[in-house]
Amino acid sequence: METEIAVSASKLSRHFGAFKAVDEISFDVKKGEIFGFLGANGAGKTTAIKMLCGLLKPTAGEATVAGFSIRTGTAMIKKNIGYMSQKFSLYEDLTVKENIEFYGGIYGLSREEIANKTRLLISELNLEKMQNSLTRALPLGWKQRLALSASLLHDPPIIFLDEPTGGVDPISRRNFWRIIYEIANRGKTVFVTTHYMDEAEYCNRVSIMHKGKIIELGTPTGLKQKYNKTTMQDIFIHIIGHN
Amino acid sequence: MKLRRIISIIIKEYIHIFRDWRSLLIIILMPVLMIILYGYAITLDMKNLTFAVIDDARTPESRELIRGFTENRFFILKYTDIKRNEIESLFKKRYIQMALVIPGDFSESLVSNRITKVQLIVDAADSNVGTFINNYSNRVAQLFNEKLNKRSPGILGLEPRILFNPDMKSANFFVPGLVALILLLICSLLTSITITREKETGTLEQILVSPVNPIEIVVGKVIPYITLGFFNGIVIIIFARLLFKVPINGSLALIAVLSLIYIFVALSFGLMISAVAKTQQIAMLATLMATVLPTIMLSGFIFPVASMPLPLQYISKAVPATYFLIIIRGIMLKGIGLAELWKHAAALSGIGIFMLSIAIIRFKVTLE
Repeated sequence: METEIAVSASKLSRHFGAFKAVDEISFDVKKGEIFGFLGANGAGKTTAIKMLCGLLKPTAGEATVAGFSIRTGTAMIKKNIGYMSQKFSLYEDLTVKENIEFYGGIYGLSREEIANKTRLLISELNLEKMQNSLTRALPLGWKQRLALSASLLHDPPIIFLDEPTGGVDPISRRNFWRIIYEIANRGKTVFVTTHYMDEAEYCNRVSIMHKGKIIELGTPTGLKQKYNKTTMQDIFIHIIGHN
Repeated sequence: MKLRRIISIIIKEYIHIFRDWRSLLIIILMPVLMIILYGYAITLDMKNLTFAVIDDARTPESRELIRGFTENRFFILKYTDIKRNEIESLFKKRYIQMALVIPGDFSESLVSNRITKVQLIVDAADSNVGTFINNYSNRVAQLFNEKLNKRSPGILGLEPRILFNPDMKSANFFVPGLVALILLLICSLLTSITITREKETGTLEQILVSPVNPIEIVVGKVIPYITLGFFNGIVIIIFARLLFKVPINGSLALIAVLSLIYIFVALSFGLMISAVAKTQQIAMLATLMATVLPTIMLSGFIFPVASMPLPLQYISKAVPATYFLIIIRGIMLKGIGLAELWKHAAALSGIGIFMLSIAIIRFKVTLE
């Protein structure tokens, strides 16, 4: 990748019948950026992220991820991204260790790599005592962090997080964002959707989605100045109210 | 295709299977329960048919005729001293399936060489039982005639030689059929829920954003269940041998190889359903509906395909069990080999490949 753009969308659309879930959205995400996708439930955030990850085909428009087209390059995209969905998506009937081994395996890591990563991750997450217990038994905050770690096993340059903090208590959320910052500091691009407006403050840039369209895009500070508000919450209510 | 990725999926599936004691219980116990249940319940063997006799003659000849019915394992004489008008109520209460009325002039009539009539009343509510009683009674009468009329030379006598199942035990016919039913049911049920479960929990999405392709997922999921299905097949055949003494006249190795093909068909069918169904419940229901009924009704499991109406005969050609029944009965009872069975094995493989392709194609479409 010579370009400084990690993710780029141009007039990307996805229709389900007559319903336009995503309606001609365009944006660029720079490398190393934490890019926030804000919007109420049903605004089209998840549909957009699924198209970028190659889980859904776009109806119209184009987008590139890590320099590859989402229409023709999904196989290459998959090697370059990590993805964590809003649903907790590790196997609850597998142990912490087995989950890590499985995800390492399907990303084609070698046996030694998996063993090293597992050891590293488990000590990073302080899960030594829990490594052989079923994932089901972990508190939700831990599960989310484990899911995030699993999606980072293959060291992807771009990470998509779809409402990663849904249903988690405020302290776990703060811890989670601390990890997101660490990831960004390592030069990775983080693409995150959320409907928590306070989390928007942590992003380098945010785009606000409403009814399938991006209706605002900018830095949190920039947006505050533009609308003369003190919090993202106020801005969001103001913008949505006018649409 | 990358072996490493497939192996990871296989290991994970095995962990799922062995950690979930309920599904493990289904896998181990269901075939055993089914074979005991079906093996003993589904039988067309006639046994313990009860009957009444009104013997107005009370002569050595009439007692000889009655003995013709009682000296076998089929009939039990339950009522002798009853009046004519009691017969109807005995039938209605289902106490007897047959009544024999011997007239008072029975012996005199025989001696004077007239045509002698004995009344036989049969409960044919179950037509199989009715037909059986009718045939058997004719045979009794024929034997009685032969004994009585040694001098008449011109009586035609058939000398039957019964092949492949000389005792005419219906277990020999049904138990191999059970192998077909149970293997199909268990294997397709297990695979049909394996992908839908991952759809429900969201883990499928997580796998799909990885570099794994649909073929690797399908192969990784099929292999563990092939081994399980094969294990089940062995258990069923051991039970068939021990409990029902079903003969295995052909090659065990051939049974093993062709069973593997059949298991592959069953698994492909389950995958095909799970690629379409959204929830585990829908997948299970659809699998049950689509396997049990056609297998029991249309494959020749009970009713011979040749005596079905023509449209149903065409449908039966699409039922995998139709071919496997011919294969397994052929090997176990007739001891035939690949020379006679290769066409059926080829048809099975064709059905399996067809269904697996649909599963993989449908699977790709769902992603878009």
